[in-house]
Amino acid sequence: MSPAPASASLTPAAWAGVSAALIAVCLIVPILNLAVTPGSVWHLSGQTVQLSGKIMCYALCALAMGLIWGYTGILSLGHGLFFALGGYVMGMYLMRQIGLDGNYRSELPDFMVFLDWKELPWHWALSDSFIATMILVVAVPGVLAWVFGYFAFRSRIKGVYFSIITQALTYAAMLLFFRNETGFGGNNGFTDFKRLLSLPLATPGMRMSLFVLTGLVLIGCYVASRCLVHSKYGRVLQAIRDAEVRVMFTGYNPLHYKLSVWVISAVMCGVAGALYVPQVGIINPSEMAPAAGIEIAIWTAVGGRGTLAGPVAGAMLVNGAKSWFTQALPEVWLYLLGGLFIAVTLFLPQGLAGLAQTLHGAWRRRNGNRAAA
Amino acid sequence: MVSNYTAWLGRGPLRWLMCGLMALAAWPAHALTPEQAFSLASGDNDERIAALQASLARGDEGLAVFLQALLGEQVKISGQRVYIVQATGAQDAATGAPVSVPSDAEDVINSNQMRREIDAALASLKLFSTDLDERRQAVRFLSAEGADESRLPLLDKALQAEPGADLQAQLQLIRATLLISASNSDRDVRIEAARTLAQSGRTPAVHGLLLARLAPSEQGGEPDATVRRVLTMALSQVESRLAWADRMGVLFTGASLGSILLLVALGLAITYGLMGVINMAHGELMMVGAYATYIVQNLFKAWWPGAFDAYILAAIPVSFMVSALVGVVMERSVIRWLYGRPLETLLATWGISLVLMQAVRSIFGAQNVLVENPSWLSGGVEVLGYLTLPYNRIAIVVFALLVLAAVSWLITCTRLGLFVRGVTQNRRMAACMGIHTARIDTCAFALGSGLAGLAGCALSQLGNVGPDLGQGYIIDSFMVVVLGGVGQLVGTVYAALGLGVLNKLLEGWQGAVLAKIMVLGLIVVFIQKRPQGLFALKGRSAEA
Repeated sequence: MSPAPASASLTPAAWAGVSAALIAVCLIVPILNLAVTPGSVWHLSGQTVQLSGKIMCYALCALAMGLIWGYTGILSLGHGLFFALGGYVMGMYLMRQIGLDGNYRSELPDFMVFLDWKELPWHWALSDSFIATMILVVAVPGVLAWVFGYFAFRSRIKGVYFSIITQALTYAAMLLFFRNETGFGGNNGFTDFKRLLSLPLATPGMRMSLFVLTGLVLIGCYVASRCLVHSKYGRVLQAIRDAEVRVMFTGYNPLHYKLSVWVISAVMCGVAGALYVPQVGIINPSEMAPAAGIEIAIWTAVGGRGTLAGPVAGAMLVNGAKSWFTQALPEVWLYLLGGLFIAVTLFLPQGLAGLAQTLHGAWRRRNGNRAAA
Repeated sequence: MVSNYTAWLGRGPLRWLMCGLMALAAWPAHALTPEQAFSLASGDNDERIAALQASLARGDEGLAVFLQALLGEQVKISGQRVYIVQATGAQDAATGAPVSVPSDAEDVINSNQMRREIDAALASLKLFSTDLDERRQAVRFLSAEGADESRLPLLDKALQAEPGADLQAQLQLIRATLLISASNSDRDVRIEAARTLAQSGRTPAVHGLLLARLAPSEQGGEPDATVRRVLTMALSQVESRLAWADRMGVLFTGASLGSILLLVALGLAITYGLMGVINMAHGELMMVGAYATYIVQNLFKAWWPGAFDAYILAAIPVSFMVSALVGVVMERSVIRWLYGRPLETLLATWGISLVLMQAVRSIFGAQNVLVENPSWLSGGVEVLGYLTLPYNRIAIVVFALLVLAAVSWLITCTRLGLFVRGVTQNRRMAACMGIHTARIDTCAFALGSGLAGLAGCALSQLGNVGPDLGQGYIIDSFMVVVLGGVGQLVGTVYAALGLGVLNKLLEGWQGAVLAKIMVLGLIVVFIQKRPQGLFALKGRSAEA
């Protein structure tokens, strides 16, 4: 993995890419979806918009994973947990927004009525307020990541040990959330959302706003991450990835670097979860399953570690393929996903980004040779 | 039913006495007389039941045959004579002599209550069987049924006849349970019964009975102070015995879980310890082993049903070989390209696990398949009264220990083991010494995978076999490896058994989910203190 160039964090090419993405998200998709008439070839269906929004949330996760794994060398299998936590915080707010329109016409969310609970449990106290929810979306994954990361990194747990422990963490959390007593709707989770900020959710306008918001957050996070990895801080992260012991011997304490990037990454996942839930309309403990966490890693690996655009592209590709295959050929999908895990690690250790670089280099060389001849 | 008996007891103590006298006079063997057969077969329910009890208490010969016939609706009455009419011909119920049945003979009809009584009587007749198992069954039946006082004479007789000390004690216990009740007016008998209970009462039922007897006397509890004192003493003894049985139960289930974890983690410890490969497909290799067991079972069922009980013995090597083969294929095709890149192996093996799971789903279907226990592994042994240890779990504990012994022999005493240890400690140096490390890797990976297959074979005896079989254990067994440390089997052993028992202890206290979470928390805390796990090879590397 070559060190990133020390020049400005955003090259002209990157600026062009970011601008193109901005235009696509804020102009092209809204126009194609809302302004073009449904019969037209150019019309984008609401379903496609929703799917794209969902995939962008996944891409945000992959970006977070790219930061922690691609740039710091820490493979987390627990990012599904942070994603789900952000989603659950948002879900609680959305459940409260249902108000009296639930099946039981009660102040309480339906599943609580079903469990015969009389009042909200303590951890639902802040779920009425949108501001508090926004804070919690960041705070809950952040604090959990900080506490867990502090203890793990302090005792210098790393490599596969760390991966395994994060996986156990998300597994334990999944078991916890499956319980009805935990107060998060058990294995059904939250669903049947009606409103966000007192506005109905199931309208084309709301769908498009969420899509644009997700796109802006993704682009913002990408630019911020890019600045981060090109700063001195980012270079220390890469040094930790490549030779942690040498970093220690040169007088840096890796703990703070690892811990901070770990928390940043977790928060990004939490935000992605919060954006995911209103678009998809359901959150349940299966988002915390170990399989979900490890899938985030494969998006990143497919896209390419050590880059930031790679994971985003990887998430989009893999999830696009997933949504097509699970509809068209559901039996084949798991073979394909499994094969993807194997093939990428065997043949594409640098992912698609690495492949693109190799091809680009080969093309340039050929052209150079031709020019010389 | 109980009220019937007490009513009857109150009505005819004289008859009781007469029955008793008759029984004494006719001792030792008393055949069913025509009158008795008649009283058993006709009259109203209460009278028939009374006759049945009396006959039972005497232990009449031929009673069992007669009762069977009654249940089978093969009994007819004509006048005062009773006949058993079977397809082979009719006979006199009392004498057994072949006779011809008069044409006016009527069928004997049994009410449901009567049928239940006959059932119970037949069961208790087994108390006198020469077959130990039948007697044991009968005793279990009596204690489960909560026998009432009408059974007392029968119990006394059975006690005299019973040769085994173990069953005698159980009969004593049932007898004491009966005698202690309030309707028994003799204080000394009640004290004696309480003492017996204190000595050998060890079931929750006895505990409940004692508690009921210790209720305030207005609520039907024991009125006499002395008896109450003995009862209190008995209660505390039974309670402590129950607590012990509970503790033993937790220990056993913990050891059982621990031995399963041990089986799973042994293979992981070898692959991870040797190659630094976290094999996420380990659980799926277990599943492959379990399905191999399933196939062997089906083959035996189809081709060799007579030897079905032995299928498990064939399944053990088969599951080992099949999983080891899959492991070799995995190692040769994927993993050997990834040495030194543990995170990549993690992802690649996860991919393999997905493929294996889906392949099994395609071949065998997504539903669970049934692997039957061989008959010698079903059932269980009863210890400390009511605690039953299932044979299959005991067998798995033993099996895990055997496998452990075999693996430690392999690692410490064979040339292969020497090489494996050498490569584990210092791969490059081992290669310099002329060890073919790549071949050792393949062998070790095959061994680890084969051990996973054995674990799968063992698990198939415990529950359902499905494509998701491996998923449930894999995280726990990784915890075992993390906790135990790498490089020495002893760490794995302690970690597996420790986690198993700890898990079950916490489970009893806080429920399964919270127990898992607590165990995870404890492991994270523990790793703060010893990042290398319980036992680790000492080295000087800063990376260690």
